[in-house]
Amino acid sequence: MKELVILSGKGGTGKTSLTAAFAGLAPSLMLCDADVDAADLHLIMSPDIRQTHDFVGGNEAVINQDLCTACGTCKELCRFEAVVENDAGFFVDAIACEGCGVCVDLCPENAIDFPQKTCGQWFVSHTRFGPMVHARLGIAEENSGRLVALVREEARRLAREQHIDVILTDGPPGIGCPVIASIGQANAVLIVAEPTVSGIHDMKRVAELAAHFKIPAMVCINKYDLNLDQTRSIETIAREKHIDLVGQIPFDPAFTQAMVQCQTLVENNENSMASQAVRDIWHAVMAHPAMKLERIM
Amino acid sequence: MIISIASGKGGTGKTTVAANLAASLDQPVTVLDCDVEEPNLHLFLHPEILTRENVIAPVPRIDLEKCTLCKRCMEICRFNAIAVAGKTVVTFPELCHSCGGCTAICPENAVTEVERILGTVETGSVGLPDMTFAQGLLDVGQVMVPPVIRKVKTHRADPGAITLIDAPPGTSCPVIAAMKDTDFVLLVTEPTPFGLNDLKLAVETVRLLGIPHGLVINRAGMGDNGVHTYAKEENLPILMEIPFDRKIATAYSKGELIISSQPAYKEKFQTLFQDICHLADQQRCAQ
Repeated sequence: MKELVILSGKGGTGKTSLTAAFAGLAPSLMLCDADVDAADLHLIMSPDIRQTHDFVGGNEAVINQDLCTACGTCKELCRFEAVVENDAGFFVDAIACEGCGVCVDLCPENAIDFPQKTCGQWFVSHTRFGPMVHARLGIAEENSGRLVALVREEARRLAREQHIDVILTDGPPGIGCPVIASIGQANAVLIVAEPTVSGIHDMKRVAELAAHFKIPAMVCINKYDLNLDQTRSIETIAREKHIDLVGQIPFDPAFTQAMVQCQTLVENNENSMASQAVRDIWHAVMAHPAMKLERIM
Repeated sequence: MIISIASGKGGTGKTTVAANLAASLDQPVTVLDCDVEEPNLHLFLHPEILTRENVIAPVPRIDLEKCTLCKRCMEICRFNAIAVAGKTVVTFPELCHSCGGCTAICPENAVTEVERILGTVETGSVGLPDMTFAQGLLDVGQVMVPPVIRKVKTHRADPGAITLIDAPPGTSCPVIAAMKDTDFVLLVTEPTPFGLNDLKLAVETVRLLGIPHGLVINRAGMGDNGVHTYAKEENLPILMEIPFDRKIATAYSKGELIISSQPAYKEKFQTLFQDICHLADQQRCAQ
């Protein structure tokens, strides 16, 4: 079983559109949306949700006003400025609360409760391309990394159970906590770069991250003809960093067209230049040593 | 007045709007790049970096001479950053949230705090009159983003002056850290199904924080009408539309401002700023 994670550093370079397009090209695969913060893959996949689970992501401090003597210890201890004092007493700002429980344990009156908090939901669904595991982190919640890890773990478990060879994971933007959670133990990452100053800057950072965690990386260039000089820069950087360049996709309004019709790029028009490019990239990705499937005889 | 520029979805044009808006103003402005995972504003504003400072987080160090292996530090830590194993105590600094619980609870004073570097904050000047610049840069491999953002925000201008914040994408803790205590959130979106889906999440986020807000639609004309319909239904003011134009996309790819190649936009961004000022006041009064 192999897992490919699609990343980009910069948002909006085409991770989700590309993930969706790949889905139609693999004979058997498991889809996993690891962008739990602003998930979009479901908009193309129209998943039929078979299971819904709550994600209990942590606890939240709540001051019991009946027991509180307003001594101020919690406010002094809290490093997240989550304890606020007003005329009515001391309160915890739920958005600022880190869930560390320091105030709970050290309140001299035991006046602080620490209920578990549901921070989101995760789903197991059926799609026209195979099963899909995805999630929705609640607004302004923490612990996106843990939810990403959970969704990937579930995708892995189901893939093993159903003898599915390939897991395709749509990753989050950036290089922080959810991204790190999305690449641990993956077989390879595919970085979707765009030939812009920002695209290049961000691709370098995410490539460094992959190298830091020793995950093999490949790169493809989306909208390569937008700026050919920048495309050449990406090629040079990829060579220097020993990242395999697996293809390039032209700037094509078909991406948006397909999205508007809730279709993958390939479903929308399988003969377009962009579709052909995506197909070539998929074959190159699957031929990469890190992704080659070992068949048990 | 602090204006943050945000979006649920990445790549909708936050940085484009922030850079052009900042460069269009005729008054002093401080620009803060709070997308510390992938800061891009510097590519458009070309600041000369004058100061550089590490962002430090305190993490525990256990003095084993004083430690009696009572495990109270391990028990208070909700992030599994301390483990008492046999006759020793192991700490995992990368899991630590710097809450200080272990230091506060240790009855033997055996836990002290040492510094761990999360990233860097840089400040500088931009070759434009009256613009100051700061950005955060998370070290590759680090996960604690909000402390870096909070450090960048200490460089905001005095309340009377204008601060623009380029926020990270998403709706979770980094975005909240960037938007918190700002006077207005300018949401940048694109008129596509992905743009709309993530805009709805972003709107929920700003409403939760109770911050006045308005919309900029970038790449107008590229997708469908969903964003416009939603804006109407939800009474979200559309403050500006930037057309889907390959010339603008090419200029962006080179790190050029729209107002450099199309000076007429300078006035549009000034109008945008005036509209933001009105709305910030109006919506605050209405609350």
